[in-house]
Amino acid sequence: MSISVKVMQRPEPETTSYLRAALSGMALTFRHMINPVKVTQQYPEEQTQLSPRWRGTHVMEMHADGRPKCVACGLCPTVCPANCIRLVGGEDDQGNRYPIVYEIDEFRCIFCGMCQEVCPVEAIHVGQHFENAEYTRDRFVYDLDRLMEQDHPSTNLWDPSDPTGE
Amino acid sequence: MEFQPISGIWAYVAMSLKVTVIFTVVIVVVAYTTLAERRVSAWIQDRHGPNRVGPFGLLQPIADGIKNILKEETLPATASRVFFVLAPVLVLFPSLVTFAVIPIAAPLPTPAGVVDMIIADVPIGILYVLAFSSLAVYGVVLGGWASNNKYAFLGGLRASAQMVSYEVALGLSLITVLMLAGNVTLTEIIWQQQQLGMWFAFPLSLAFILFVISAFAETNRLPFDMPEAESELITGYHTEYSAMKFSAFMISEFGHMVTASALMATLFLGGWDLPGSWDNAFWYDGQLVRAVLADGTVLLANPTWWKTLLTFAGFAVKTGFFLVVYIWIRWTLPRFRYDQVMSLGWKVMLPTGLAYVMLIGATILVLDEIGMAWGFGYGAVLTAVSGLATFGFIFMLDRGRTITGAAAQRAQRVETRTIPAGVVPHPTAEEIA
Repeated sequence: MSISVKVMQRPEPETTSYLRAALSGMALTFRHMINPVKVTQQYPEEQTQLSPRWRGTHVMEMHADGRPKCVACGLCPTVCPANCIRLVGGEDDQGNRYPIVYEIDEFRCIFCGMCQEVCPVEAIHVGQHFENAEYTRDRFVYDLDRLMEQDHPSTNLWDPSDPTGE
Repeated sequence: MEFQPISGIWAYVAMSLKVTVIFTVVIVVVAYTTLAERRVSAWIQDRHGPNRVGPFGLLQPIADGIKNILKEETLPATASRVFFVLAPVLVLFPSLVTFAVIPIAAPLPTPAGVVDMIIADVPIGILYVLAFSSLAVYGVVLGGWASNNKYAFLGGLRASAQMVSYEVALGLSLITVLMLAGNVTLTEIIWQQQQLGMWFAFPLSLAFILFVISAFAETNRLPFDMPEAESELITGYHTEYSAMKFSAFMISEFGHMVTASALMATLFLGGWDLPGSWDNAFWYDGQLVRAVLADGTVLLANPTWWKTLLTFAGFAVKTGFFLVVYIWIRWTLPRFRYDQVMSLGWKVMLPTGLAYVMLIGATILVLDEIGMAWGFGYGAVLTAVSGLATFGFIFMLDRGRTITGAAAQRAQRVETRTIPAGVVPHPTAEEIA
């Protein structure tokens, strides 16, 4: 067995020409200066293609008649690590449970997606959306109506049994 | 048609107009140089740069100005208050007044007489520029000292040392121009370039190179960015400044850049002169002449408004070229080490400048002794002599003894040495056991 050893031969300082290095550097920067291909994304006009697993603003799924799919089981406020979901459940005269109050504080939320993972009826989802600027802080507490109004696509969470998303 | 210089009440009107217009134009050019710096630096780094405020970001300097005026002014508690406030003024003032002696275009004929396109055609010309541009360093030093901040103080010290070092080389490269032109007024220097039939960048090529390098150092632009040196001194002498006081330092830096560019264009690229003698105009014996022939006869000039416009465009293009080069070099070359700056200034620029003054002086003396006429042949001989000197200077620089430490990657070679089998450098586990 033989061993290879790399011997780095650094240039002697006296043999280095600053002038040539400077000129070649200026040629390089000039080529980049006139190069029309730029890497900057012109954000408001050009939108980023979000990943299907992007976890952003929540969406509440609805039935066809406009009722929320939520059955107020209380799993999502229980599992939520940031404690950002407030749920007050109710029951109608046929015994169906429904949320009276369902609020998500988007400031407290850490967008882990566990609420979507734990939901037994696939009602609450995190979504592929991130532009939610507001003028006041209290506008960031999304109530049930607001969550149902969100029209962006919801997130496809990573499935351990289907790791490549097929 | 006889052309007379403007006189009487109209001279005052013309003067006030010129001062207003040129000052405004300089300020606007300075503002847009800041935008150009940001756009060009972005292009060099494959970005777009500020392009949101107005079309192509053209209103960005106005937004910057409004922002800087509205920002809070901070005054360090331990700063020397009077000098702290005085320093930005001292920096801003010289950078703007130096433009007064630079001719910007061919004379403009008006019904009341011919108006020279220069604010003040003072007889001391270039000396006025040197005096005022050196004054600016007082503001920098004062600002650094008055801030009562170690980094700011170091920046001020470096600015003064650099100014002293490179003012010498700047002056020496200027001496050759003054020897050749025989005068210090900038109008006369342009006239002599027109008469010579070539711009001084050719017969004085080495002086041109030395002047450009020194001007970079004088304006504290990279790679001579010692007084600011963000990575070493935060931002050097204006570390403690904020809002409009900081802006004053920035405006003065860009103002110096514009003035230095205009000066390089005037001294070495013929100022507003365009190729050919059709645009030449100079006051000679009370007449506006286009050329003075060898036998003493004069050809009268015929100034028109479109010649003024064209020559102004020529001047703007030359100045703009140097501004772009300023920006281009700033975003290419890294900052020199402080000792490198000093050794380049004292060990390279100063001896080269001195030797070159001797060489050009001797050549002019010989040419005058043998009675060579002031014209293209005169310039050609000087061009040849200067070309040799420039070649020698570049050859010397190219040997790489001036600024060491810039390791070129192409020179790195990797050699693979094979240690034969059986020669084990370390004891094996069995041997240890």
